[in-house]
Amino acid sequence: MGHTSVLDDLKKSRILELLEQGKRTDGRGLEESRPLKIETGVIPKANGSARVFLGNTEVVTGVKVQPDRPFPDMGEKGIFICTAEILPLAHPDVETGPPSPEVIELSRVVDRGIRESGMIDLSQLVLEKDKSVIGVFADNSIIDVDGNLFDACSYASTAAILTTKIPKWEIKDDTPTKVEGESDAPITTIPVSITMAKINNHIIVDPNQDEWDVMDARITITTNSDGNICALQKGGESGFTYEELIKCGELSTKIGAQIRDIIKAGAQ
Amino acid sequence: MGGRDTDVVLLDENGIRCDGRKINETRKVTIKAGVLKNADGSAYIEFGDNKILAGVFGPRDVHPKHMANTDTGILRCRYHMSPFSVTERKNPAPSRREIEISKVLKEALEPALILDQFPRTAVDVFIEILQADGGSRCAALDAASVALADAGIPMRDMVCACAAGKVADTVVLDVNNEEDQAGQADMPVGYMPNLDKITLIQLDGVLTCDEYKKCVETAIDGCKQVYEIQKKALTDKFFGNGGAQ
Repeated sequence: MGHTSVLDDLKKSRILELLEQGKRTDGRGLEESRPLKIETGVIPKANGSARVFLGNTEVVTGVKVQPDRPFPDMGEKGIFICTAEILPLAHPDVETGPPSPEVIELSRVVDRGIRESGMIDLSQLVLEKDKSVIGVFADNSIIDVDGNLFDACSYASTAAILTTKIPKWEIKDDTPTKVEGESDAPITTIPVSITMAKINNHIIVDPNQDEWDVMDARITITTNSDGNICALQKGGESGFTYEELIKCGELSTKIGAQIRDIIKAGAQ
Repeated sequence: MGGRDTDVVLLDENGIRCDGRKINETRKVTIKAGVLKNADGSAYIEFGDNKILAGVFGPRDVHPKHMANTDTGILRCRYHMSPFSVTERKNPAPSRREIEISKVLKEALEPALILDQFPRTAVDVFIEILQADGGSRCAALDAASVALADAGIPMRDMVCACAAGKVADTVVLDVNNEEDQAGQADMPVGYMPNLDKITLIQLDGVLTCDEYKKCVETAIDGCKQVYEIQKKALTDKFFGNGGAQ
């Protein structure tokens, strides 16, 4: 997201110059995430919702819960789907129309992190085996862009899911019928993704947009509450060494634990 | 739409509506200008349970280029509902309804803008309905107008909007979702208060000539109330609280 201009070249050389001294343009340490602020219950019509600020990146996520048909090969499990859209009001360069490959990747990486962690126990969301299950849809609307949309969407989705109430349905005459009552979502763990960028052999955590524009490669690692890694995605034109990957894994566990506490507190 | 059978008492014997309002009372409206960092202008409105963001970009280059006009700048408008904005999850792809509303809103804003100073450029207005509650197009128009002013686009006037409708055989101001579903008519109106011109008007439902007249008058009265809130949002942003009144 950005044009190449004199200004971008100047920004890039400044970022590189500071990194050599172990500093960043916004004054953070290399392994420091931006301030994370979480509000929940922002969309009362959704079954769960959150508004998340990661620095100047801002995301609103709503979770909708409704009966659906199961996936053909997963008749004993409910459905979880997570999507992301960069709204055109979020940045001057965003255009309307079908999602770009970047946005599709974003959406799938956020989905995968939460899905693979097994955050929601989908086996508890079955109404009638092979026929009718409960679907949980987490839709991320990005409303201000300043880099690292992966983590902002992941935190917003996670916080929204943590506050989600599942309405109750019973099968009557072969169709799911809503009845009185609701329950908390069946949560097993809290996944946290940490995205790191590689710039000139430096690894930095939570790149902002200026850093995002000049990075050589990036990696997003999701860990669960036990500190185990449950999903990972590398992107960008350059690569990582083995040592770098180990370091990134350790960082994702360490910083992930701090972020997890913030998400837990925010979703209270 | 003849009004469906419902258990809800839309209007009681004291003239109080299902959500406790009087017949000529709007829902609670709050507007905040300048809420987005990347946009050139923006606004957030809460109109009853509607929660809507509007962002404005431009005047800027036109893509695709063939849309550009050598005589004037053009206005483009997108009205979009988030999947979680309504009770049943909405498919995120733009529906025919959203495309129509986008067009109607564009045409409601256009008369207020002076774009001939910016030939070959576009002003883009993006409206996102985060939560919908009946009358979202009016609330969207109110927010878009504040966002355009916030962006510093030259304007002849603000556009303010409010709906009126017919509920339980009575003309009421600002129809809410329940009244829209069960009521007899809904008429959204967009209005330029200083030029005294209506730039948006639609109607669903049946009204007699007298009711029609009453409806338009009632809606304009609502628009004027919203106009004061729009002005306050802009003064708050540019002069701070308690600056120019």
